[in-house]
Amino acid sequence: MINILTHLGAYFLMLRKAFTKPEKMKIFFKRLSVEIELIGVDSLALVSILSLFMGAVILIQSAYNFENPLIPSYAEGVATRDSMLLEFSPTIISLILVGKVGSSIASELGTMRVTEQVDALQIMGVNPVNHLVLPKIVAGVLIIPFLILMSMFLGIVGGFLATLITESVSTTKYIYGIRYGFEPYYVVYALTKASVFAFILTSVSSYHGYNAKGGALEVGRSSTKAVVYSTIVIILFNLILTKLLLN
Amino acid sequence: MIEIGNISKVFGDRKILSEVSMYLETGKVNMIIGQSGAGKSVFLKCLVGLVETDAGEIWYDGRNFTDMDYEKKKELRREIGMLFQGGALFDSLTVEENVAFPLEMFTKMTKAEREERANFCLKRVNLTNSNKLFPDEISGGMKKRVAIARAIAMNPKYLFCDEPNSGLDPQTSIVIDNLIREITLEYNMTTVVISHDMNSVMEISDNIFFIFSGQKWWEGTRADLLKSENKELCDFVYPSSFMKEYKKRQH
Repeated sequence: MINILTHLGAYFLMLRKAFTKPEKMKIFFKRLSVEIELIGVDSLALVSILSLFMGAVILIQSAYNFENPLIPSYAEGVATRDSMLLEFSPTIISLILVGKVGSSIASELGTMRVTEQVDALQIMGVNPVNHLVLPKIVAGVLIIPFLILMSMFLGIVGGFLATLITESVSTTKYIYGIRYGFEPYYVVYALTKASVFAFILTSVSSYHGYNAKGGALEVGRSSTKAVVYSTIVIILFNLILTKLLLN
Repeated sequence: MIEIGNISKVFGDRKILSEVSMYLETGKVNMIIGQSGAGKSVFLKCLVGLVETDAGEIWYDGRNFTDMDYEKKKELRREIGMLFQGGALFDSLTVEENVAFPLEMFTKMTKAEREERANFCLKRVNLTNSNKLFPDEISGGMKKRVAIARAIAMNPKYLFCDEPNSGLDPQTSIVIDNLIREITLEYNMTTVVISHDMNSVMEISDNIFFIFSGQKWWEGTRADLLKSENKELCDFVYPSSFMKEYKKRQH
């Protein structure tokens, strides 16, 4: 318990150091654009492929299970849309990004720490947390919701393509189902979750990378810890946010 | 000049530094020597504030570093250049960008002015035609030279070098040593070098401080070192029976 509180305290102290005014805004924006590319643009392909296939799989599974004649024929469309919007895109994609982006952040910062690059920044009079961590958090919070939005769209497109390929559901019914009883609030809910998860995955991963000590082995460990703890915190906040936002 | 008054540091139940006091002169190469694990690196980290001391004071030209808040320490650190054991160059930046980094961060120089200054510093350490290379594309000796160029880019008053010769061949070591000495005199800096390379000690040191078991055990000049009969110091300076025999013959 004491260990958890110590880490929690150190995590919030790190955030306090991160959220200070950058030394030079020009350098901050330069680093921000690099991080947006690393976190967002480099994840585009992975998110697109996953979302397309997942949308298709949800549609096929729904069609397989909805055999009862009392269930309307457009239900597969509704199920695909709501599954993508409510859970798959914001939560599952965020968890997948933890594996890709979180481990990369932790390894990068961990390597900088053990090769004394962080110390070099500190000696120069630079606030290393602000210089290294803040652009990652801001980039994540800005770009990950866009990835999630794209994932929602592509998931639905994936379902549509599945209707064309498998003919398990009629395309017209699928499109009707997609539009049926659409709640725009679901998008707000998904984007709120995406922003919170983006903050968690970038900050928790940064914390573990920044505090790596020792050598290459410890960098690997910090990367693993970053993935494990980010996943646990995201799952926890998924429950909290769902309870709060869909009450 | 840097004055160190009775600094101590404890990690858990291990006493690393015990009431170490020193007077590090300006325009001189102040060499800290000692065995591995004697506390030299922790001592250097205490000096630059990477490790907090448990007791004692550090004064930089009359400014009490130990009492300063984070912002004031940050300001003073801009007067410090540091050469790390592995160079600590930023992997994602080229050689030129590494040297220009502190200039971009803390000055209002234009890009052209920064490039000019970076080139000047790189020339000063005899590195040309490597500006666009990344740190993983250059040798260990070149990395050290880039690190020196970066350290002097802001015209520091204080230069700290943590084992500048580690991992270098004897010839390159001498080149780096001479560079440190020349730069110290040229910029009239207070230079502190941590080393256990006795070649370096005899080549460039003005003042020598021997740390043993976390304490300042001995201090003096090169001439004093050769004459000293201090047992622990002699064991460190003349570790092999060959060297001990050599010392006896000298006497």
